[in-house]
Amino acid sequence: MYQAIVFLPLIGALLAGLIAILGAHARHPSGDSVEHHADAHGHGAPSLHEDAAVIHASHHEPDVHDDHGHADHHVTEPPAAGSRAAELITTGLLLVSAALSWVALVDVGFMHHDARVALFPWIVSGDLQVAWALRIDTLTAVMLVVVNTVSSLVHLYSIGYMDEDPHRPRFFAYLSLFTFAMLMLVTADNLVQLFFGWEGVGLASYLLIGFWYQKPSANAAAIKAFVVNRVGDFGFALGIFAIFMLIGSTDFETIFAGAPGLSGKTIDFFGWHADALTLTCLLLFMGAMGKSAQFMLHTWLPDAMEGPTPVSALIHAATMVTAGVFMVARLSPLFELAPNAQAFVMLVGATTAFFAATVGLVQNDIKRIVAYSTCSQLGYMFVAMGAGAYSVGMFHLFTHAFFKALLFLGSGSVIYAMHHEQDIRNMGGLKNKIPYTYVVMVIGTLALTGFPLTAGYFSKDAIIESAYVSHNPFAFYGFLMTVVAAGLTSFYSWRLIFKTFHGEPHDQEHYEAAHESPIWMLVPIGILAAGSILAGYPFKELFAGHGVEEFFRESVKMHPGIIDEMHHVPATIAFLPTAMMALGYVVSLLFYISRPYLPVELARQHQMLYRFLLNKWYFDELYDLIFVRPAKWLGRFLWKKGDGFVIDGFGPDGVSAGVLDVTRNVVKLQTGYLYHYAFAMLIGVAGLITWFMFGTGGQ
Amino acid sequence: MTIGLGHYLAVAAILFTLGILGIFLNRKNIIVILMSIELILLAVNINLVAFSSFLGDIVGQVFALLVLTVAAAEAAIGLAVLVVYFRNRGSIAVEDVNLMKG
Repeated sequence: MYQAIVFLPLIGALLAGLIAILGAHARHPSGDSVEHHADAHGHGAPSLHEDAAVIHASHHEPDVHDDHGHADHHVTEPPAAGSRAAELITTGLLLVSAALSWVALVDVGFMHHDARVALFPWIVSGDLQVAWALRIDTLTAVMLVVVNTVSSLVHLYSIGYMDEDPHRPRFFAYLSLFTFAMLMLVTADNLVQLFFGWEGVGLASYLLIGFWYQKPSANAAAIKAFVVNRVGDFGFALGIFAIFMLIGSTDFETIFAGAPGLSGKTIDFFGWHADALTLTCLLLFMGAMGKSAQFMLHTWLPDAMEGPTPVSALIHAATMVTAGVFMVARLSPLFELAPNAQAFVMLVGATTAFFAATVGLVQNDIKRIVAYSTCSQLGYMFVAMGAGAYSVGMFHLFTHAFFKALLFLGSGSVIYAMHHEQDIRNMGGLKNKIPYTYVVMVIGTLALTGFPLTAGYFSKDAIIESAYVSHNPFAFYGFLMTVVAAGLTSFYSWRLIFKTFHGEPHDQEHYEAAHESPIWMLVPIGILAAGSILAGYPFKELFAGHGVEEFFRESVKMHPGIIDEMHHVPATIAFLPTAMMALGYVVSLLFYISRPYLPVELARQHQMLYRFLLNKWYFDELYDLIFVRPAKWLGRFLWKKGDGFVIDGFGPDGVSAGVLDVTRNVVKLQTGYLYHYAFAMLIGVAGLITWFMFGTGGQ
Repeated sequence: MTIGLGHYLAVAAILFTLGILGIFLNRKNIIVILMSIELILLAVNINLVAFSSFLGDIVGQVFALLVLTVAAAEAAIGLAVLVVYFRNRGSIAVEDVNLMKG
């Protein structure tokens, strides 16, 4: 059964990929295809579009930062042959896989049938022995459910959302490939296999962000995501090496068994004695920071919104970005032994939660708002990880997957209805036009902001409580930041709803043409909406209550006693997030419904702060200054001076130029006149004779 | 004054030098070069015959005859080549014969 769960998506990906290749071959038999429509597409349609947007922007808020017009993928090309077959194959296989995952969750979580499925050996080299194996415990089963459920719904949704795109087989192949890689990641039995899945999802993410490869911005975003992730992966790889050096194995069982013996050991590094466990955990966490878009390595996530919206929902909200959280939970026995690393985890998580929420306050692209919200919620999860309440973090991961996928898919539905308009300043009043989408978006927002009895309420409150009772040095900081971020979350989430669905329509033309999405899209978001409400209460005891021991058993190593302490927090603390949520809602209501001039006034009065937030704390500019420009300068220097001047100048080009110079002169000796040759011959003869007579030749 | 070996050798040397100079200084006609080569060969023949007579060894004179034969054959072939060349190129002036120029 577990093989089926993991490998069905791979089969789907391969079949869809085959269809895509055959289709491309049939369309361009010569093979040297040129995408002619790309030009027309790049210059014609979006320019009109952008003009309109700029006009709107200029008389609305003092900000002309816009990057819309980028969602235009109206293409005149006919759809690839076999599109429907590819859609049905991948979606069908994913649905089977998802159903099996729920069976697995029940089997493992409640029946306690943990499993380890050995597949085949992979690397056998000296001390390094790595095998492909599926490790199925509760932690994995939860992830299987999250990944496969969201993935199958996103597949279903994409059938509707991508119906105008000519490259659907390729898209579905990538989606399924991503799902397979993610499943390999969560079922990994050793760090190397985890790393395989880790890089696999990175690759799929790159391919899907750059899916609309005609758009330069999408390519740039894809490269950015890949490169920023490499920074994290560098640390992750070093962490794996460190573990192998310390323990001599990459198998989780061996690592966890050997970890307690490592406390107090040091790694000597250029005369610097670092605590082995702390250093290893920090390096591993660096990988998690990259993948989960944590503070300082977050810059790729908002840009990744260049990809199609279903991709944003699946990869950049529900699954891939939670891989870092999963990894920390998986390695909880290590992190529990390294309190300093845990402190850092909480510091980073809390900072991210706050930072991303503040940026989310002022963004205008509907997908970017949700992206920053994702970033912020990932910060919450890491706060729980830092507190040692791993199951609580997993709880938020679980509920977040539902409501964030819902919000993204709902945003996709809005974008689809508005004909690929993404700027919320151009929306408004949509609730009458697309009531179904409105309702599910409100449900998603309620869950995200933690409205009582929705899924997010239970998980978010549990995280804030765990931060409060934690013994982490940054516990109070984490608590404070998460509480403040809860208020900010509520504000920007409702701002999105109010500006999109309430008020006056700002773009009459789009408004008139707005229409509800096809049934393919409405069914998945309906299911997710149900999940956003129902994923909380039934699982509360299992993830953050007394059922944790029973449910998770050996799969995560909780901080001792933290669950008990969480149940004894003062009522005011427990009530605080809800109060912040209400406050955020009221302020948002005030700003965007009853007194719409207030935010404009506020932005004008605090120009500096507004600009600071709007430009995302100037992180992109900072990185551009520190890393990108020096790198480009270095590259240009090596290209012009190093390669062009030195290597070509003295290497191949220099040698060939020298040979040419010499021959150009030697050639002049060949006059072609007979008497010159005769003369040379004679001189030679005379020289030879002289040598024989007077020189050594005669002796 | 008796005419000794030295005189013969001097004549041969003069002839040889004339031949060499004929090759170098001649700018007009390839036939002149052929003639100069004949001169050089004759100088060699004089040397051979002179030494043969001086040493009383008949082999030198035999060798001179061999050289004459070879020279005749060479002159015939050279003239044939020149005729063909003239038919093809329309000129046998030394300046024009420079197809080997690099």
